[in-house]
Amino acid sequence: MTAPALSKTAEWRHRLLRRHIVGAVAAVLLRVAAVAGIAALVLLLVVVARDGLDRLSWDFITSYPSRFASQAGIRSALLGSLWVLGLTAAFAVPVGIGAAIYLEEFAPPNWLTRIIETNINNLAGVPSIVYGLLGLALFVRAMELGRSVLAGALTLSLVVLPIVIVSAREGLRTVPPSIREASLALGATRWQTVWHQVLPAALAPMMTGVILALSRAIGETAPLITIGALLFVPFDPHGPLDSFTVLPIQIFNWVSRPQPAFHQAAAAGIIVLLAVLLGMNAIAIAIRYWSERRRQW
Amino acid sequence: MVSQERPSTPVQVPVPRVEAGPVCTPGEEEPVIEVRGLNAWYGGFRAVKDITLTVPRRRITAIIGPSGSGKSTLIRCLNRMHELVPGTRVEGEVLFEGQDIYAPGVDPVEVRSRIGMVFQKPNPFPKSIFENVAFGLRINGYRGDLREAVERSLRAAALWDEVKDKLGQNALRLSGGQQQRLCIARAIAVEPEVVLMDEPCSALDPIATLKIEDLMRELSQRYTIVIVTHNMQQAARVSDYTAVLMMDDDRAGYLVEFGPTREVFTNPRDHRTEAYITGRIG
Repeated sequence: MTAPALSKTAEWRHRLLRRHIVGAVAAVLLRVAAVAGIAALVLLLVVVARDGLDRLSWDFITSYPSRFASQAGIRSALLGSLWVLGLTAAFAVPVGIGAAIYLEEFAPPNWLTRIIETNINNLAGVPSIVYGLLGLALFVRAMELGRSVLAGALTLSLVVLPIVIVSAREGLRTVPPSIREASLALGATRWQTVWHQVLPAALAPMMTGVILALSRAIGETAPLITIGALLFVPFDPHGPLDSFTVLPIQIFNWVSRPQPAFHQAAAAGIIVLLAVLLGMNAIAIAIRYWSERRRQW
Repeated sequence: MVSQERPSTPVQVPVPRVEAGPVCTPGEEEPVIEVRGLNAWYGGFRAVKDITLTVPRRRITAIIGPSGSGKSTLIRCLNRMHELVPGTRVEGEVLFEGQDIYAPGVDPVEVRSRIGMVFQKPNPFPKSIFENVAFGLRINGYRGDLREAVERSLRAAALWDEVKDKLGQNALRLSGGQQQRLCIARAIAVEPEVVLMDEPCSALDPIATLKIEDLMRELSQRYTIVIVTHNMQQAARVSDYTAVLMMDDDRAGYLVEFGPTREVFTNPRDHRTEAYITGRIG
């Protein structure tokens, strides 16, 4: 009659071979997919390094932009980027962490909270140029801040705020509920629980996420062009109300010139921009590594 | 439900046994907590129903019963921890020193500082041993020698000798049993009148379990202890009074029997208790 369920017939062996082949093909395809992402990045880095590495020098970093490609530098753009980044962090981090704490630790689970949550998640996906238009109407015109560092930073704060909130909430969620229960059961108020137990425990993962969210701000170009950041700035921004430019805009400016020498400058500028970005990511990774070594739940 | 006479305090023994609603009043003991007609919900699901029992002062009261019979829910209603889960609801009264902790205007923060809790899984704060014990004192505005108070609590929890040389060490580096004794030290540091323990030994090995049981006996000279346990031997070993919960057809936990532990175990008055402690239920 029927063979035992697991007898190793010729047909069974044939099917086994097919199963192994399917598995091997799948593994190869998955590896290709994984390598594709890295390969594109490596290619980009190689091309940029080939074009820009020679152009990169201390002079390049400390010089203002110039009509002459050989003398052009990124001093004002780098300073502008740092100014905008610093102010963006000053606005977005406290507000974002505050909103995250409210949503994670205090908000009652009702329809209003759900509406706020849904909208924050949606806002994280809104194209940044939309924020640029909002910034132009609100900060530049209505609040009469002009094309200033402050207007740029406020606009970028809007861009990164939803991302900061989402990543800060993820950081707070790494603290197990049992810690909150332990604190509340001792007669701590909610705020005492958050301030003395949850925040210290969540600080490292929160900072990691927040830094990664902020690193998005340093690469943003569209919203800053929209609010009217300048393309050519041969002076340092000295305060929040000065006009400014940022690295990506400077690079964009150089790329759009016809002369190959400017393209080299653009490549060198890209290297600086990537260095700033990777530096921020390195800080985030360092914080995560350091905190994971310190505590285990 | 059959209506019940509510004896005034201090309570006298004779209590009519009724099939549907066991009245459960240990005789001649001074009650600290009196639970009256307690119902607790998670959303639309009623987890415990119509529970009435009294917790006598400076005694160990065990709550036993099969999984899902509402033991943890019941104990978490005694210091208003149940309501921390969104969508939960409590009906009925829990009188603590004669006052209903669910009455309007009662601050759950105050309730919890007077009725402490130890949880199933040891949950020390990811801080130093010292800070774990000192935290409750600090937030309650303790004015006095913190070090002395911390030492007193650690001694009371039979942990001092093991940790006195490393108070600054992270509490997460202690063993599971040590962590749980630290959690007990942390709970008693704020001088609660009652300590609730929700399966405090379920994550511990037998030796650590015995240490905690010894400690509970020790602590019962000063504190009222309520312990939830799924371990009937543990209830028989440490407790003075035992409450038996069962799960009804609607999956709500209800009280089957409550009385002195020896009576509950040797001469249960309810056939369901007998079936449970002899291993035929649960």
